[in-house]
Amino acid sequence: MAEKLIELKNVTYVYEADEEGEPGYAAVKDVSLDIHKGEFAVILGHNGSGKSTLAKLMNAIYEPSEGTVTVKGIPSDSEENGDKIRRIVGMVFQNPDNQIVATIVEDDVAFGPENLGVEPSEIRRRVDEALKTVGMYEHREREPHKLSGGQKQRVAIAGVLAMQTECIILDEPTAMLDPVGREEVINTIRRLNKEMGITVVLITHFMEEAVLADRVIVFDGGRCIAEGTPREIFSQPGFLIDHGLDIPQSAQLSNALGFEECALTPEECVDKITEMMGGAKND
Amino acid sequence: MVRDITFGQYYPGSSAVHKMDARMKFVLTFGMIVCIFVCRNFFSLGLMVLFTSAAVAVSRIPLKMILKSIKPVAVILIFTGILNIFYTKGGETWFSFWKISVTEKGVYTAVFTMIRIIVLVIISSLLTYTTTPTMLTDALERLLSPLKVFHIKVHTLAMMMTLALRFIPTLIEEIERIMNAQKARGADLESGGLIRRAKALIPVFVPLMVSSFRRAYELAFAMTCRCYTGGDGRTRMKQMKLGLRDFIALTVCLAVLAGIITLNHFFPKVI
Ligand SMILES: Nc1ncnc2c1ncn2[C@@H]1O[C@H](COP(=O)(O)OP(=O)(O)OP(=O)(O)O)[C@@H](O)[C@H]1O
Ligand SMILES: [Mg+2]
Repeated sequence: MAEKLIELKNVTYVYEADEEGEPGYAAVKDVSLDIHKGEFAVILGHNGSGKSTLAKLMNAIYEPSEGTVTVKGIPSDSEENGDKIRRIVGMVFQNPDNQIVATIVEDDVAFGPENLGVEPSEIRRRVDEALKTVGMYEHREREPHKLSGGQKQRVAIAGVLAMQTECIILDEPTAMLDPVGREEVINTIRRLNKEMGITVVLITHFMEEAVLADRVIVFDGGRCIAEGTPREIFSQPGFLIDHGLDIPQSAQLSNALGFEECALTPEECVDKITEMMGGAKND
Repeated sequence: MVRDITFGQYYPGSSAVHKMDARMKFVLTFGMIVCIFVCRNFFSLGLMVLFTSAAVAVSRIPLKMILKSIKPVAVILIFTGILNIFYTKGGETWFSFWKISVTEKGVYTAVFTMIRIIVLVIISSLLTYTTTPTMLTDALERLLSPLKVFHIKVHTLAMMMTLALRFIPTLIEEIERIMNAQKARGADLESGGLIRRAKALIPVFVPLMVSSFRRAYELAFAMTCRCYTGGDGRTRMKQMKLGLRDFIALTVCLAVLAGIITLNHFFPKVI
């Protein structure tokens, strides 16, 4: 197995209650989980299952109440280490409006590397490269508030790319986008993983996105309740539905038709059905 | 409607004015604004107008954009004009009716003040049109950096300004959204007296405050994630360097100042 990048050991995170004396709310409970170098992991779970909290634990914005989080051997137990960890693990949030800090696209992408103290000429190079990677280079001098949601989100991704972190966590980056914007962003994310070898942790509600992963992690009630390849996970529809989740239509259909191995994409579905009907594969 | 404000709007370009060092632009803009008030007669003011026109021409900002920047002050302009015509007395009386009279001095003062305001607005919007807000706040940060001696957090102030400029359009959109949402719920925001209308705005501003705090909270997380730890150890992508261009601009501005003082001296003053 590949090298471990992020390691969580028996991690619990409790949100302090507003009033003193009242018990806090444990959003993540006794989770042990590893993220491996170079993988594309998807985290699924219904609203309030603790996914965002987990993401914030993984890049040291929150320190665990119990247990340990280590990134490349650095424990997230101090401000200093937190800063080191955030140089390795970048994060993109759900709402692109609230993570863009500058009034010009390229200035925003430069924000991260500027904070890292990178040389000006090197920042310029990284910013141009990151903007080209996400396909926003022509828009580099525009004002972010005049861009579409998908474009803004790609700028936010470029902002993390320019920091050259080994791992990027994306917390529902497509939740506010229309299907076209969603596809733009997902294609960008896949390319980062496949072509640039960046470790990706994607938190999402969309099952079609989960299908693309190397590994799916299912969350409910602050616990990690299942983990496996998309095929393994989506072969148990009852289990997912019990935990408030949907399954992709293709998997639904293949489960209903009683296929041994569930199909993940419409194309696979077509092939399997053709096979079942005894017909020749259409070319 | 409200989204059309031009304040702090950058107009991309590659003219000499765009390429000038933001610090020099800042200082010269400030200096030229002072010059407007040094002008005492139409000759020196004319020189100022000439300078401003030349600056606009060099910057290649379209005239339409310049006019757009004057639009918001149109009311103030008319108001000062009228006030000056009727309240400044002196010289020949040109027109008189009941208690109102228009005198030579009144008209001159009115015209003079109005030109002053227009030039002032054009010069300051030229700065914001040709400089990105990031450069502007960066320049401010560097110009004010001597204040660090007094333990003033110059970087923090500059960052606050950048964020404020960044979030103005976002918040304006948000206000529109909330207003529409409240209207859909039957809120009447546009009729009734002043007090009623002010009261009707409460359901707009309370959600606005709540959402702004949420935004601020999320923004703080996002900035932490991008390793922002304050001003120490930060570098900048866009370096600032004074060049030949900046010194030429400085020389031109000094020449204009000298011209203004000379013209003030040789011709009778209007104000
Ligand atoms: N700042 C906070 N203070 C107190 N409780 C919180 C806070 N943030 C989240 N929680 C609680 O922690 C639980 C998990 O929240 P989290 O945001 O991690 O869920 P999530 O899986 O990301 O949900 P969603 O799919 O809606 O984004 C929720 O029950 C929520 O009410
Ligand atoms: Mg969440």
